[in-house]
Amino acid sequence: MKSAVIQLPGLNRDRDMIAALTKISGQAPVTVWQTETELPEVDLIVIPGGFSYGDYLRCGAIAARMPVMKAVAEKAAKGVLVIGVCNGFQILLEAGLLPGALMRNASLKFVCREVKLQVANANTAFTRAYAPGQIIRCPVAHHDGNFFAAPETLARIEGEGQVAFRYAEGTNPNGSINDIAGIVNGAGNVLGLMPHPENLVEAAHGGTDGRALFESVLGRAA
Amino acid sequence: MIKARVIVTLKNGVLDPQGKAIEGALRGLSFSDIGSVRQGKVFDLELEGADKAKAEAELKEMCERLLANTVIENYSISIT
Repeated sequence: MKSAVIQLPGLNRDRDMIAALTKISGQAPVTVWQTETELPEVDLIVIPGGFSYGDYLRCGAIAARMPVMKAVAEKAAKGVLVIGVCNGFQILLEAGLLPGALMRNASLKFVCREVKLQVANANTAFTRAYAPGQIIRCPVAHHDGNFFAAPETLARIEGEGQVAFRYAEGTNPNGSINDIAGIVNGAGNVLGLMPHPENLVEAAHGGTDGRALFESVLGRAA
Repeated sequence: MIKARVIVTLKNGVLDPQGKAIEGALRGLSFSDIGSVRQGKVFDLELEGADKAKAEAELKEMCERLLANTVIENYSISIT
Protein backbone atom coordinates (compact mmCIF):
# COMPACT_ATOMS: atom_id res chain seq x y z
CA MET A 1 0.00 0.00 0.00
CA LYS A 2 1.33 3.41 -0.98
CA SER A 3 0.50 6.20 1.42
CA ALA A 4 1.23 9.89 1.94
CA VAL A 5 1.40 11.83 5.20
CA ILE A 6 0.66 15.56 5.00
CA GLN A 7 2.96 17.84 6.99
CA LEU A 8 2.13 21.36 8.17
CA PRO A 9 3.78 23.63 10.74
CA GLY A 10 2.53 22.69 14.19
CA LEU A 11 1.50 19.13 13.38
CA ASN A 12 3.42 16.89 15.77
CA ARG A 13 1.89 13.42 15.46
CA ASP A 14 3.28 12.81 11.97
CA ARG A 15 6.18 10.68 13.30
CA ASP A 16 3.79 8.33 15.08
CA MET A 17 1.65 8.06 11.95
CA ILE A 18 4.67 7.37 9.71
CA ALA A 19 5.85 4.67 12.15
CA ALA A 20 2.42 3.01 12.25
CA LEU A 21 1.95 3.11 8.46
CA THR A 22 5.46 1.77 7.86
CA LYS A 23 5.01 -1.06 10.35
CA ILE A 24 1.58 -2.14 9.13
CA SER A 25 1.93 -1.67 5.37
CA GLY A 26 5.61 -2.60 5.16
CA GLN A 27 6.28 0.56 3.16
CA ALA A 28 7.24 4.00 4.43
CA PRO A 29 4.76 6.74 3.47
CA VAL A 30 5.74 9.70 1.33
CA THR A 31 5.69 12.97 3.26
CA VAL A 32 4.10 15.98 1.58
CA TRP A 33 4.67 19.57 2.73
CA GLN A 34 1.80 22.06 2.89
CA THR A 35 2.98 24.13 -0.09
CA GLU A 36 2.78 21.22 -2.57
CA THR A 37 0.05 21.57 -5.17
CA GLU A 38 0.17 17.99 -6.40
CA LEU A 39 0.17 14.68 -4.58
CA PRO A 40 1.87 11.47 -5.73
CA GLU A 41 -0.18 8.44 -6.79
CA VAL A 42 -1.09 6.80 -3.47
CA ASP A 43 -3.83 4.57 -2.05
CA LEU A 44 -4.12 6.52 1.20
CA ILE A 45 -3.55 10.11 2.33
CA VAL A 46 -3.25 10.80 6.06
CA ILE A 47 -3.45 14.14 7.85
CA PRO A 48 -2.00 13.52 11.31
CA GLY A 49 -2.68 15.25 14.61
CA GLY A 50 -1.07 18.20 16.31
CA PHE A 51 -1.66 21.91 16.56
CA SER A 52 -1.32 23.27 13.02
CA TYR A 53 -0.73 27.02 13.02
CA GLY A 54 -1.01 27.02 16.80
CA ASP A 55 -4.78 26.48 16.57
CA TYR A 56 -5.05 30.17 15.64
CA LEU A 57 -8.50 31.44 14.57
CA ARG A 58 -10.09 27.96 14.88
CA CYS A 59 -8.43 24.54 15.09
CA GLY A 60 -7.47 23.52 11.55
CA ALA A 61 -8.84 26.71 9.96
CA ILE A 62 -5.56 28.06 8.56
CA ALA A 63 -4.21 24.63 7.58
CA ALA A 64 -7.39 23.89 5.61
CA ARG A 65 -6.64 26.88 3.33
CA MET A 66 -3.09 25.78 2.43
CA PRO A 67 -2.31 24.72 -1.17
CA VAL A 68 -1.86 21.03 -0.31
CA MET A 69 -5.46 20.79 0.88
CA LYS A 70 -6.72 21.66 -2.58
CA ALA A 71 -4.68 18.72 -3.86
CA VAL A 72 -6.12 16.49 -1.11
CA ALA A 73 -9.65 17.55 -2.09
CA GLU A 74 -8.94 16.69 -5.74
CA LYS A 75 -7.68 13.21 -4.76
CA ALA A 76 -10.64 12.68 -2.44
CA ALA A 77 -13.03 13.56 -5.28
CA LYS A 78 -11.37 10.82 -7.33
CA GLY A 79 -12.02 8.27 -4.58
CA VAL A 80 -8.56 8.10 -2.96
CA LEU A 81 -8.86 7.17 0.73
CA VAL A 82 -8.20 10.01 3.18
CA ILE A 83 -7.86 9.79 6.97
CA GLY A 84 -7.65 12.79 9.30
CA VAL A 85 -6.79 12.11 12.94
CA CYS A 86 -7.40 14.67 15.69
CA ASN A 87 -6.15 17.99 14.22
CA GLY A 88 -6.35 16.19 10.87
CA PHE A 89 -10.09 15.66 11.50
CA GLN A 90 -10.46 19.36 12.34
CA ILE A 91 -8.63 20.27 9.11
CA LEU A 92 -10.91 18.01 7.00
CA LEU A 93 -13.99 19.66 8.52
CA GLU A 94 -12.61 23.16 7.96
CA ALA A 95 -11.78 22.19 4.37
CA GLY A 96 -15.37 21.10 3.83
CA LEU A 97 -14.42 17.49 3.09
CA LEU A 98 -16.53 16.26 6.02
CA PRO A 99 -19.79 17.65 7.50
CA GLY A 100 -20.10 19.29 10.91
CA ALA A 101 -17.68 21.08 13.22
CA LEU A 102 -15.48 20.38 16.24
CA MET A 103 -15.82 22.72 19.18
CA ARG A 104 -14.09 23.27 22.52
CA ASN A 105 -14.54 20.27 24.86
CA ALA A 106 -17.63 20.69 27.03
CA SER A 107 -15.40 20.41 30.12
CA LEU A 108 -13.16 23.20 28.73
CA LYS A 109 -10.24 20.93 29.64
CA PHE A 110 -7.62 19.28 27.47
CA VAL A 111 -8.25 15.53 27.73
CA CYS A 112 -5.45 13.00 27.41
CA ARG A 113 -6.64 9.52 28.31
CA GLU A 114 -7.87 6.21 26.96
CA VAL A 115 -11.50 5.88 25.86
CA LYS A 116 -13.67 3.05 24.62
CA LEU A 117 -14.94 3.23 21.05
CA GLN A 118 -17.75 1.31 19.46
CA VAL A 119 -17.42 0.49 15.77
CA ALA A 120 -20.71 2.07 14.71
CA ASN A 121 -20.37 1.07 11.05
CA ALA A 122 -18.10 -1.87 10.20
CA ASN A 123 -18.98 -1.60 6.54
CA THR A 124 -16.61 1.23 5.60
CA ALA A 125 -13.20 1.11 3.91
CA PHE A 126 -11.68 2.04 7.28
CA THR A 127 -13.55 -0.29 9.64
CA ARG A 128 -14.13 -3.55 7.75
CA ALA A 129 -11.46 -5.42 9.69
CA TYR A 130 -13.47 -4.79 12.88
CA ALA A 131 -16.62 -6.67 13.87
CA PRO A 132 -19.89 -4.68 13.78
CA GLY A 133 -20.47 -3.08 17.18
CA GLN A 134 -17.02 -4.13 18.42
CA ILE A 135 -15.76 -2.16 21.41
CA ILE A 136 -12.11 -1.14 21.20
CA ARG A 137 -9.69 0.84 23.33
CA CYS A 138 -8.13 4.00 21.91
CA PRO A 139 -6.24 7.01 23.31
CA VAL A 140 -7.46 10.59 22.85
CA ALA A 141 -5.55 13.84 23.39
CA HIS A 142 -7.37 17.04 22.45
CA HIS A 143 -8.92 20.30 23.57
CA ASP A 144 -11.43 20.74 20.75
CA GLY A 145 -13.11 17.42 19.99
CA ASN A 146 -16.70 18.26 20.75
CA PHE A 147 -18.47 17.23 17.53
CA PHE A 148 -21.43 19.32 16.48
CA ALA A 149 -23.68 19.32 13.43
CA ALA A 150 -26.94 21.13 12.69
CA PRO A 151 -30.03 18.90 13.20
CA GLU A 152 -30.61 18.25 9.48
CA THR A 153 -26.91 17.46 8.90
CA LEU A 154 -26.83 15.20 11.94
CA ALA A 155 -29.93 13.35 10.71
CA ARG A 156 -28.21 12.76 7.37
CA ILE A 157 -24.96 11.57 8.96
CA GLU A 158 -26.85 9.15 11.20
CA GLY A 159 -29.30 8.06 8.50
CA GLU A 160 -26.60 7.30 5.93
CA GLY A 161 -24.43 5.30 8.32
CA GLN A 162 -21.68 7.94 8.23
CA VAL A 163 -20.87 7.53 11.92
CA ALA A 164 -17.86 5.18 11.95
CA PHE A 165 -16.98 5.32 15.66
CA ARG A 166 -18.81 6.34 18.83
CA TYR A 167 -17.47 6.83 22.34
CA ALA A 168 -18.77 3.86 24.34
CA GLU A 169 -19.40 2.85 27.93
CA GLY A 170 -19.77 6.42 29.18
CA THR A 171 -16.30 7.48 28.04
CA ASN A 172 -17.35 10.45 25.84
CA PRO A 173 -14.48 12.80 26.79
CA ASN A 174 -15.67 16.01 25.15
CA GLY A 175 -19.46 16.29 24.97
CA SER A 176 -19.75 15.24 21.31
CA ILE A 177 -23.33 15.04 20.09
CA ASN A 178 -24.58 11.41 19.89
CA ASP A 179 -21.16 10.31 21.27
CA ILE A 180 -19.71 10.74 17.76
CA ALA A 181 -15.95 10.07 17.66
CA GLY A 182 -15.43 9.58 13.92
CA ILE A 183 -17.35 10.04 10.68
CA VAL A 184 -16.98 9.29 6.99
CA ASN A 185 -18.12 11.44 4.07
CA GLY A 186 -21.11 10.54 1.89
CA ALA A 187 -18.93 8.69 -0.62
CA GLY A 188 -17.27 6.73 2.20
CA ASN A 189 -13.65 7.44 1.22
CA VAL A 190 -12.83 10.19 3.73
CA LEU A 191 -12.62 9.41 7.47
CA GLY A 192 -12.10 11.87 10.31
CA LEU A 193 -11.72 10.83 13.93
CA MET A 194 -10.53 12.42 17.16
CA PRO A 195 -8.94 9.31 18.78
CA HIS A 196 -5.43 8.19 17.83
CA PRO A 197 -5.49 4.63 16.40
CA GLU A 198 -1.83 5.05 15.32
CA ASN A 199 -0.85 5.01 18.99
CA LEU A 200 -2.24 1.52 19.65
CA VAL A 201 -0.76 -0.69 16.96
CA GLU A 202 1.92 -2.78 18.67
CA ALA A 203 2.41 -4.67 21.93
CA ALA A 204 4.78 -2.00 23.24
CA HIS A 205 1.89 0.50 23.06
CA GLY A 206 -0.04 -1.65 25.52
CA GLY A 207 -2.49 -2.88 22.91
CA THR A 208 -3.17 -3.25 19.21
CA ASP A 209 -6.82 -2.19 18.89
CA GLY A 210 -5.96 0.58 16.41
CA ARG A 211 -4.29 -1.76 13.98
CA ALA A 212 -7.46 -3.03 12.31
CA LEU A 213 -8.25 0.48 11.05
CA PHE A 214 -5.07 0.47 8.96
CA GLU A 215 -5.54 -3.19 8.03
CA SER A 216 -9.01 -2.34 6.71
CA VAL A 217 -7.41 0.14 4.31
CA LEU A 218 -4.61 -2.28 3.47
CA GLY A 219 -7.20 -4.91 2.53
CA ARG A 220 -8.79 -2.57 0.02
CA ALA A 221 -5.53 -1.31 -1.44
CA ALA A 222 -4.04 -4.80 -1.87
CA MET B 1 -8.47 53.46 3.21
CA ILE B 2 -11.58 51.71 4.46
CA LYS B 3 -11.80 50.48 8.03
CA ALA B 4 -14.10 47.62 8.84
CA ARG B 5 -15.07 45.56 11.83
CA VAL B 6 -16.21 41.96 11.54
CA ILE B 7 -17.95 40.33 14.50
CA VAL B 8 -18.21 36.54 14.60
CA THR B 9 -20.57 34.93 17.09
CA LEU B 10 -21.81 31.41 17.73
CA LYS B 11 -25.20 30.62 16.24
CA ASN B 12 -28.15 30.29 18.57
CA GLY B 13 -28.48 26.74 19.80
CA VAL B 14 -24.74 26.03 19.56
CA LEU B 15 -23.36 25.26 23.01
CA ASP B 16 -20.80 27.83 24.15
CA PRO B 17 -18.89 26.28 27.05
CA GLN B 18 -16.51 29.25 27.24
CA GLY B 19 -19.41 31.69 27.50
CA LYS B 20 -20.91 29.48 30.23
CA ALA B 21 -17.64 29.50 32.16
CA ILE B 22 -17.41 33.31 31.91
CA GLU B 23 -21.03 33.55 33.01
CA GLY B 24 -20.23 31.42 36.08
CA ALA B 25 -17.17 33.53 36.89
CA LEU B 26 -19.18 36.75 36.65
CA ARG B 27 -21.79 35.32 39.02
CA GLY B 28 -18.87 34.46 41.33
CA LEU B 29 -17.96 38.17 41.28
CA SER B 30 -21.47 38.89 42.61
CA PHE B 31 -22.96 40.04 39.26
CA SER B 32 -26.05 38.06 40.17
CA ASP B 33 -28.44 39.60 37.60
CA ILE B 34 -26.64 38.07 34.61
CA GLY B 35 -28.95 36.32 32.15
CA SER B 36 -26.37 34.70 29.89
CA VAL B 37 -22.96 35.30 28.28
CA ARG B 38 -21.91 34.30 24.76
CA GLN B 39 -18.32 34.70 23.64
CA GLY B 40 -17.40 35.86 20.13
CA LYS B 41 -14.54 37.30 18.08
CA VAL B 42 -13.82 40.75 16.67
CA PHE B 43 -11.63 41.43 13.61
CA ASP B 44 -10.59 44.97 12.72
CA LEU B 45 -9.48 45.26 9.10
CA GLU B 46 -8.05 48.01 6.94
CA LEU B 47 -8.65 47.78 3.20
CA GLU B 48 -7.01 49.73 0.39
CA GLY B 49 -9.24 51.91 -1.79
CA ALA B 50 -12.46 53.84 -1.20
CA ASP B 51 -15.14 51.68 -2.85
CA LYS B 52 -17.34 50.64 0.06
CA ALA B 53 -19.56 48.33 -1.98
CA LYS B 54 -16.54 46.46 -3.29
CA ALA B 55 -15.08 46.30 0.22
CA GLU B 56 -18.29 44.91 1.64
CA ALA B 57 -18.44 42.19 -1.01
CA GLU B 58 -14.82 41.28 -0.29
CA LEU B 59 -15.39 41.22 3.46
CA LYS B 60 -18.38 38.93 2.99
CA GLU B 61 -16.24 36.54 0.99
CA MET B 62 -13.51 36.68 3.66
CA CYS B 63 -16.10 35.72 6.28
CA GLU B 64 -17.52 32.87 4.20
CA ARG B 65 -14.10 31.48 3.27
CA LEU B 66 -12.08 31.96 6.45
CA LEU B 67 -13.09 34.31 9.25
CA ALA B 68 -16.25 32.41 10.23
CA ASN B 69 -17.10 28.73 10.25
CA THR B 70 -20.67 29.05 9.02
CA VAL B 71 -21.54 25.58 10.36
CA ILE B 72 -21.48 27.03 13.87
CA GLU B 73 -20.95 30.80 13.53
CA ASN B 74 -22.72 33.93 12.27
CA TYR B 75 -20.91 37.07 11.20
CA SER B 76 -21.71 40.75 10.85
CA ILE B 77 -19.76 43.39 8.94
CA SER B 78 -19.65 47.10 9.66
CA ILE B 79 -17.72 49.62 7.57
CA THR B 80 -16.73 52.88 9.22
